[in-house]
Amino acid sequence: MSAHLFGVADGLKALADKKLSSLEWTNALLERVAAHEALGAFLHVDAAAARAAAAQADTRRAAGNSAALLGVPLAHKDIFVTTAHPTTAGSKILKDYRSPFDATVVARLNAAGTFSLGKLNCDEFAMGSANENSAYAKVHNPWDATRIPGGSSGGSAAAVAARLLPASTGTDTGGSIRQPASFTGITGIKPTYGRCSRYGMIAFASSLDQAGPLARSAEDCALLLSAMSGFDERDATSLQQPPQDFHAQMLKARDGASAARPLAGLRIGLPKEFFPAALDADVNSAVRAGLAELEKLGATLVEVSLPRTELAIPVYYIIAPAEASSNLSRFDGVRYGHRCEDPKDLLDLYKRTRSEGFGPEVQRRILIGSYVLSHGYYDAYYLQAQKLRRMIADDFQQAFTQCDLIAGPVAPTVAWKLGEQGDDPVKAYLADIFTLPGSLAGLPGMSVPVGSGAHGMPVGLQLLGNYFQEGQLLHAAHALQRATDWHRATPKGF
Amino acid sequence: MALTLDDVSRIAHLARLDCPPAQAQALLGQLNGFFDIVETMRAVDTTGVQPLYTPLSSVQEVALRLREDVVTETNQREANQVSAPAVEDGLFLVPKVIE
Repeated sequence: MSAHLFGVADGLKALADKKLSSLEWTNALLERVAAHEALGAFLHVDAAAARAAAAQADTRRAAGNSAALLGVPLAHKDIFVTTAHPTTAGSKILKDYRSPFDATVVARLNAAGTFSLGKLNCDEFAMGSANENSAYAKVHNPWDATRIPGGSSGGSAAAVAARLLPASTGTDTGGSIRQPASFTGITGIKPTYGRCSRYGMIAFASSLDQAGPLARSAEDCALLLSAMSGFDERDATSLQQPPQDFHAQMLKARDGASAARPLAGLRIGLPKEFFPAALDADVNSAVRAGLAELEKLGATLVEVSLPRTELAIPVYYIIAPAEASSNLSRFDGVRYGHRCEDPKDLLDLYKRTRSEGFGPEVQRRILIGSYVLSHGYYDAYYLQAQKLRRMIADDFQQAFTQCDLIAGPVAPTVAWKLGEQGDDPVKAYLADIFTLPGSLAGLPGMSVPVGSGAHGMPVGLQLLGNYFQEGQLLHAAHALQRATDWHRATPKGF
Repeated sequence: MALTLDDVSRIAHLARLDCPPAQAQALLGQLNGFFDIVETMRAVDTTGVQPLYTPLSSVQEVALRLREDVVTETNQREANQVSAPAVEDGLFLVPKVIE
């Protein structure tokens, strides 16, 4: 097997068995990264540093070091600040920015023995669902280069789907891990809000932002998530829970389970609002095929209701821009980043710096956010949205009295064509309908490949769990992947 | 309720964004398109519902955590100023603000 095909778990096993060195693995990946530069997945690659880190990992392994992920090559979404590489958040305003510190997620993955090949392309400040809002390059979907890979973690997803990396990091504010994972046929998990530290993750919407891994299997996601997550005193909203071994939780057999029926007793709720008449037939049938497999494995399907699913769109697109307008006020051309030429006074400095530095979608969201927070509109928009947010979260708790997990499509369609949405931002917002409710509630969620839909494009099954139930999600996804081959499908030419 | 061109210019100023008239016109259409979908949200009766500012407070008490009031950071002035657009003698430079 060619070295670039290893995932995280089988790569670690090959390293332990001395059938592979981290340097061989890394060289094979770097070759592919260079060969597939046209995908636009990477914003920055440092081959020499990656080779040095790989060689060092091999030396440490030979000396008996047993860090959990020792020698695993990764790359980080360019929303995580890193000392080893520039960090741009996909924005011109941070061109050539060098962080004086590493994000906690990056530091923890480094401590576990991984290293990064570089930084992965994303929508500017993670605002987008097609990766067309990157200031640097569009990302192409490896399944069809004329289509988008999803967003905002589009580079993270495309690189893993194209076998340029065994796994990557991403962030999910309104679906930015789940939706690109779905569109590129890979597996991704957004954990419970607060599970991964937001320290050093460039802030978009602080009450929604969560980090998570994208990989080719639930098992690989479990290994990465265990290393990435955990309490961090530097993040005020970090969950104060002991470190979790998600891999062990994933493997733990359910009471009453058997080899043939590992999911016996598991109740999976299907919200009727996630299967509207307008849902594309190809997406519906792929999702139903996935659900039928889960049933074969012992799960029971029950109908539930999330009556405010459609309202999640306006609620999210009020709250997220409100928080973004506040977070992005720090970009003022003074302490770091772009500064306009010859400002005549401070106001001119701020205005021109920000207008030159931010792209159109970021500016739109800042405007929406500033408006809904402004005097006289706060109650009608922002406060109303926060009240509805509670109602949406309560709906989930009601549904979870009837089921253990919730399932449905990740997105209403497969990946669309580059440029297809023109300059109508609302069209793109509407396509986020199935990922936004879980984000607003702060619940853990996954995308798991369940075959293909129209034009041979991948379809993901979304699984949502109750708070802290990542182990249960990963257990169900792992059972599905042991019984099926959907997650092994590889795009032609890769 | 539809926004006007004046609203767009006012908000752009509040957000410290430069917004020439041609751009304001294009934005106006997009923002009004957006606020159309927001109307469904405004119509919902939320009397007596407590706003949810942080997700986990829907199922448990979330208290703000305070750290000990001790020095935890070391001086990293040079590292912190590496990406600054204009620095002199360790100070950030801005345009003259006092005549």
